[in-house]
Amino acid sequence: METQTILAILLEAVIKVTVVVSMVLTLAAAEVWLERKVSAWIQNRVGPNRVGPFGLLQPFADVVKLFMKEDIIPSAASKNFHRLAPFISLVAAIAVYAVIPFADSFELNGRTIHMGVAPNINIGLLYILAVTSIGVYGITLAGWSSNNKYSLLGGLRAAAQMISYELAMGLSLIGVVLIAGSVNINDIVRGQAGSILYWNVWIQPIGFLIFLTSAFAETNRAPFDLPEAEPELVGGFNTEYTGMKFGMFFLAEYANMATASAFMSLMYFGGWSLPFSHELIGLEQGSITLALAQFGMFTLKLFAFLFFFVWVRWSIPRFRYDQLMSFGWKILLPTAIINVFVTALFIVLSL
Amino acid sequence: MNITKNTEAERLNFWERLYLPEIVRGLGVTFKQMVKFPKFTRQYPEERFEPKGSYRGRPVLVLEESGERCVACGLCSRVCPSLAIEVQAADTSKDKERYPAIFEINMLRCIYCSYCEDVCPEEAIVMSKDYDIVFTNQQQAILSKEQLLVPVEKLQDRLEFLRQYK
Repeated sequence: METQTILAILLEAVIKVTVVVSMVLTLAAAEVWLERKVSAWIQNRVGPNRVGPFGLLQPFADVVKLFMKEDIIPSAASKNFHRLAPFISLVAAIAVYAVIPFADSFELNGRTIHMGVAPNINIGLLYILAVTSIGVYGITLAGWSSNNKYSLLGGLRAAAQMISYELAMGLSLIGVVLIAGSVNINDIVRGQAGSILYWNVWIQPIGFLIFLTSAFAETNRAPFDLPEAEPELVGGFNTEYTGMKFGMFFLAEYANMATASAFMSLMYFGGWSLPFSHELIGLEQGSITLALAQFGMFTLKLFAFLFFFVWVRWSIPRFRYDQLMSFGWKILLPTAIINVFVTALFIVLSL
Repeated sequence: MNITKNTEAERLNFWERLYLPEIVRGLGVTFKQMVKFPKFTRQYPEERFEPKGSYRGRPVLVLEESGERCVACGLCSRVCPSLAIEVQAADTSKDKERYPAIFEINMLRCIYCSYCEDVCPEEAIVMSKDYDIVFTNQQQAILSKEQLLVPVEKLQDRLEFLRQYK
């Protein structure tokens, strides 16, 4: 390859990474605002309304506050790991966005541009499953290195929960993979394009419910937020974290939530595909306007799921630890396995 | 006592054990709350709470045109359960013969019980409507006589309330 082509590719990658990372961080900020507003509404409160219009700048005020805070490392902590843990969580949470397609690819000056950093790779789904699991290392390491029994228990719970629910999550996705015949995320989305009726959620309702439940557990959100269960574990794994290090865990949690939402809409709700044929509104396949419309669609679905996450958090009480485990292993996992076999059977019979 | 339905599985019916319909019901409950407009919120620094005469805020000394009502009997200081009041009496040539040379209330100790007001024979110390009481150090929290004196016109609500209910 010529140097110029290499440079062009490099430049494109750098721009994409910058855009995606800043988008993820903005998204996390928007989620913080959404969470505070929705929780306020559910509790008949007004919510943040002082900083900016409708309190929209509240997350930024929060971040400024976190930066100003004193950064404390407990003297008995394992200092290097204590410093490292939040970075692992945050990096894993952001790295997932490398393969998430925000829209279909479009043509510009004879070049095909993908909407996303590298959304068209053939192992997209596996990559997401693998990288989201790495995030738990950060939490477990944080729990262990804090040298605090509450933190340790929180970290252990996170690890145990991750193992229990990752299995059911992966198995529930196998149904989708069987239907699409590919683990390339764009292919899975294209299989659902054209109409609401083609969405995988209608073909795989049980798989979707299993995925939804395990997504809550994977992101450590209520009702499965046992790693940081305040009433029992003080603050769980982040008990000993202050300032921006705590902020990074916070950010990672919200980025993970956005990942789970994006993943859910990609796998089961048609992702970036429009719920009607794109010729209906006169948009050309591969045009930049279509890509923008698809991006809008995807954002809409993403926020619908984020809202659902927050809504569930303020409605359902936390599971007890033994309930969590028996639910994961005795109900979710067998159901997921049966779901895989039934789906496989249907596919074999229909061929 | 004969407990027939003992385990969780016996107490719940099939749909309840399935858990999902109940979750949906719970989500419905919270959604109903979500669309309600919050009625009780007051935008505090702009919209202030205006208490009635029965409100027990910062205790103050009543100031009349001829001077303070207080005759420095020291009953309030004696009755105060948290020992917040300090009174030192002095003689004066006025009709009342005595007045407080020093009258201090430590607002860090005050518990707003209004015993001082109940026990005062002159209705000289009453509870006011002040509720945003802020200090930046402990010394500031000890209010002197000058800070405590409030003109009688401003305390009419409370005095009326006392006349009616005390």
